[in-house]
Amino acid sequence: MTASPGAPLSAAAPDIGALAARPRGVGGGRRPSPLQRSARIAILVIVIGYLGLPLFAMLEFSTRGNYGSRSLDSYAAMLNNQDLIDGVTTSLQIAVLTVVGMLLLLVPTMVWTVVRVPRMRRVVEFLCLLPLAIPAIVLVVGIGPIYRWMGQHLGAVGASPLTLAFIDIVLCLPFAYRAIDSSLRSIDSATLADASRSLGAGWPRTIFQVILPNIRAGVLSASVLAIALVLGEYTISSLLSFNTLQVAIYLLGGRDPFISVAVSLSALVFAFILLIVIARVGGGGRRDQREVEEPAT
Amino acid sequence: MTDSTVGAPAQPPAQTAGLASGGAGSRRFRGARNYLALIPFHLYLAVFLILPTLIVAIGALTTAVVDAFVYSIQLSIATAIAGAVLGGLLAWAVARGKPNGLLRQFVIAASGVLAQFGGVMLAFAFLAAFGFNGLVTIFLRDTLHLDLLTDATWIYGFAGLVVVYTYFQIPLMLIVFLPSLDGLRQEWYDASASLGGSSGSFWRHVGGPILAPSFLGALLLLFTNAFSAYATAAALISQGSPLATLQIGASLQSEVVIGRENVGKALALGMIVIVSVVMVIYALIQRRASRWVR
Repeated sequence: MTASPGAPLSAAAPDIGALAARPRGVGGGRRPSPLQRSARIAILVIVIGYLGLPLFAMLEFSTRGNYGSRSLDSYAAMLNNQDLIDGVTTSLQIAVLTVVGMLLLLVPTMVWTVVRVPRMRRVVEFLCLLPLAIPAIVLVVGIGPIYRWMGQHLGAVGASPLTLAFIDIVLCLPFAYRAIDSSLRSIDSATLADASRSLGAGWPRTIFQVILPNIRAGVLSASVLAIALVLGEYTISSLLSFNTLQVAIYLLGGRDPFISVAVSLSALVFAFILLIVIARVGGGGRRDQREVEEPAT
Repeated sequence: MTDSTVGAPAQPPAQTAGLASGGAGSRRFRGARNYLALIPFHLYLAVFLILPTLIVAIGALTTAVVDAFVYSIQLSIATAIAGAVLGGLLAWAVARGKPNGLLRQFVIAASGVLAQFGGVMLAFAFLAAFGFNGLVTIFLRDTLHLDLLTDATWIYGFAGLVVVYTYFQIPLMLIVFLPSLDGLRQEWYDASASLGGSSGSFWRHVGGPILAPSFLGALLLLFTNAFSAYATAAALISQGSPLATLQIGASLQSEVVIGRENVGKALALGMIVIVSVVMVIYALIQRRASRWVR
């Protein structure tokens, strides 16, 4: 399910929704020996402790008040910081453009390859996964001149930070592809498309009103992943000197580390909630499909 | 070429011709002379094709570039191994839990956040913990009276980068490796047990060999992940680190210095080459690994 036979790279961008609700493996079935049980607990405590310690430190650091007291001043100050508000606004706008652009680019292309040119499926998949092999820092070296040109020749539009959506669409392709692909594989899109076409619907109507509602779960988790990616993107926006959320957090760190730690923790918690939503939606969607499919087979 | 002519029907006439002209020694000599005929071609290409390429390559490989790659590769190898071991153990502990349990969903969502969307925020997390006024630093200094970490500069050096990078390698390992662990079937364990195998022999003869390609693939993926990472290190270290990605960033930010940008491009090209090679090996290994993943 996670590793499709034709695309070995795909395991590098696993579908988080699918991962959360997987069937029981060898781990669960056996009765654990006391040794294994204590090993498991020790591993969980040590590794989750390692992962949790800096997060706890962030909570402790950001709630420091005067003379050893606790206060939420940093969190209150966060809401009044204009640079930060600008950064969040910009990032949210980019996120909306990225999601819309990514869906318009990817959904018709993927549906078309499945329904009409299945041979191209592997090519499209390879291209979508390519950004995993080209580091963002390398991409920015080549994209710099293009953005400089846009800034000089396309006026206010070309110089706007919202143009970051172009490159963010590319960066989110691997994750978006995986999410939409797993939804698309679980329905018979060719038959759906044929049925819709034979009833007189055109291609746009077939894709957006027939196929799209059936791959809702995949589209939703692709969108949420894209939002999380845009809100966390730093490399490209900082090197192209655009003030996005992460750049604002970084610059704030130099002036007021307490607020920047407060913002960082809030952003991580926000991303965590988004991914929990994906897991719920992904798991729920799959369950529905199974219920529909099983009587038929 | 020589291999294909040995068994070919055309060989006997050639052999008799060789014998007629005076034995095995001269035949070998003629073979060598045949190769000599190719020298002009190779010489020409060496001067006009290979040499220019080498000049570019050697020009790109200044000591700064080599140092950057050596540093980055060392860091990537160290954190890939640490991340793979710790993340692999975590994945095993999670796979043994309830399939739809709270722990599993919590760890997967948290891993997704920390592995893929951490960036700058992780740098601040580590400064909050190990920075000069960080929780751990203060705890060690005031409560345990250890001045082990109190200068708080270690976090900006190699050791610090290893700790920080391993932090986002562990969750990535979990996400990548968990499907393989889930793919180990109960039936295989039962089969092994019914043939008298212990838990140890199951892992040695069945589980281990099945998981080995996935583990190796994950190791390579973690290597490229650390090798390409920029945001966390950039937020942690303002300047002066030999890390390849930071050098590229610095070269982009100081375009006024002539020639600096070309160092960035040379580094970027080198990164593409290294990452591509690793990803091709990864794809080959993954093809084998995916055989056992449902």
